[in-house]
Amino acid sequence: MRARVAHIASNTFREAVRDRVLYNLIAFAVLLSGAAILVGQISVDIEKLVVINLGLTAVSLFGIVIAIFIGIGLVSKEIEKRTLYTVLSRPVRRWEFIVGKFFGLAGTLVVNTFFMAIGVFAALFYVSHKFVRADGLILVALYFIVLEFLIICSLALLFSSFSSPLLSAVFAFSLFVIGSFAEDLRGFAGMAHGITRWLVTGAAYLVPNFSAFNIVSSIAHEQPVAAQLILHNTLYALFYAAMALSGAVLIFENRNLK
Amino acid sequence: MPAIEILGLEKTYLVGFWRKRPKCALHPLHLQVEDGEIFGFLGPNGAGKTTTLKLLMGLVFPTSGSARILGKEWTDPEVKAQIGFLPEQPYFYDHLTAHELLNYYAQLSGVPPKERSRRVDRTLQRVGLKDVHGVQLRKFSKGMLQRAGIAQAILHEPRLVFFDEPMSGLDPIGRREVRDLMEQLKQEGKTVFFSTHILSDAEALCDRVAIIHKGELRGVGAIADLTSSVQGKVEIVWHSTQVPASMKALGADCHITGDTVRAIIDENQQDAAIDALRRERLRLIALTPVRTSLEAYFVEKLQRAETSAGRTV
Repeated sequence: MRARVAHIASNTFREAVRDRVLYNLIAFAVLLSGAAILVGQISVDIEKLVVINLGLTAVSLFGIVIAIFIGIGLVSKEIEKRTLYTVLSRPVRRWEFIVGKFFGLAGTLVVNTFFMAIGVFAALFYVSHKFVRADGLILVALYFIVLEFLIICSLALLFSSFSSPLLSAVFAFSLFVIGSFAEDLRGFAGMAHGITRWLVTGAAYLVPNFSAFNIVSSIAHEQPVAAQLILHNTLYALFYAAMALSGAVLIFENRNLK
Repeated sequence: MPAIEILGLEKTYLVGFWRKRPKCALHPLHLQVEDGEIFGFLGPNGAGKTTTLKLLMGLVFPTSGSARILGKEWTDPEVKAQIGFLPEQPYFYDHLTAHELLNYYAQLSGVPPKERSRRVDRTLQRVGLKDVHGVQLRKFSKGMLQRAGIAQAILHEPRLVFFDEPMSGLDPIGRREVRDLMEQLKQEGKTVFFSTHILSDAEALCDRVAIIHKGELRGVGAIADLTSSVQGKVEIVWHSTQVPASMKALGADCHITGDTVRAIIDENQQDAAIDALRRERLRLIALTPVRTSLEAYFVEKLQRAETSAGRTV
């Protein structure tokens, strides 16, 4: 059982790598080295701030785009191309397929993030010529970004399990945008009255709270991160991803593969 | 123990956007396939062949009915380790090589790690892909993909193999090789269930066939039984380049090909025809009763189905 999930995950990872997904690293490297050189010339004393902000935001955005655009096709593409038929006609359970796909995509994103992180630290070293203890906080920000990716991967898979790639992309991207303003939505819910308050509160807690994962700005200003936040975000991301994956499995278990 | 027992499997889809209406893809199907036979599932395009195979593979869920495969419930995961399946017009992971693809399927089928490489190499050899084992599948032709599809279906040495249109996309040599492979599988004691709309393939290979049309089973039986009905006519073949007048007088329907004449005559004229050839000192090559071909049987079944459908409308 675990072996089959691992085989599906490793095949998903291999497909993504061979499909030149990691080529985005080249674009990332060009962007970051260009930015590092530029800010080194035009900014005074805030080079580090700019590089951390720009680098981590780029890591997040590149990863989100990859998670959505690969995730939405993970199931629907396999149905469309009928590759799924030869997998599910073997002793593979449908949930194993979904979970394997999730880990394959998550693995791709972790590897991608690892290389981007090297790029961020290289750019940082270029502008500040040394590392300080506070730079270690960047690792926490990268960890939060990876947690964000897990949620996005699971949501993309959830949408991919019942809708077309285009609609899945629209749904997943919309949720990412709304989720990035989840704190504002919760604030708005607090100000609303009556049924609107109930509806907005429900929506605010249903959408993934990506704003809690965004600590880029505070890290850039070398502000410490509370251990409680790390624990809370970890549990929240794992719970949310597990729920979305369970939804994907539930839908996929009952789906006719026409 | 039968290899496959289909017990009233039925599939109805709901079609339409706003007002969903039921569309029956497969009427309750009862069918039994014996262990070790090559069974042909025949029907025109859209007859319900692929729906039946998808139901048996658990890819779509039946509206009602059930099936037993190799003596177990068809939904039993253990069953799937003992069956192989080739979908119609298969398509695989573009960026994998044939070797990697088969290795992946071997892993999913639970082939022990020590045996995997040997099995993959042997299967690639068997389907004629050994020389291109390192080429990515996106560079494969349609025929090569079909071979890769057949390879993944037999790789784990299943007891029962389902092929959906296995000759599709193959050239005459490829078709011959697939036919040989299916016969080899039979000799190895495996059961082969294959769907096709190419009747000559079925006639050449199958022990028994079933005919399906518009989701309904129209006939099932051994090829020999289905084609055994004698039409009261005989075919006489002899060496000559022309038809003697005495044969024409018997009302023979004659065709000359090179130095051979073939004539169809009524069965009760057969002795008179042989006497006529003897008198003319012509050499008799063959005399055989004219039997219904599988194609004629198939067409008759379909026409009968159309006629009865017309009456009910």
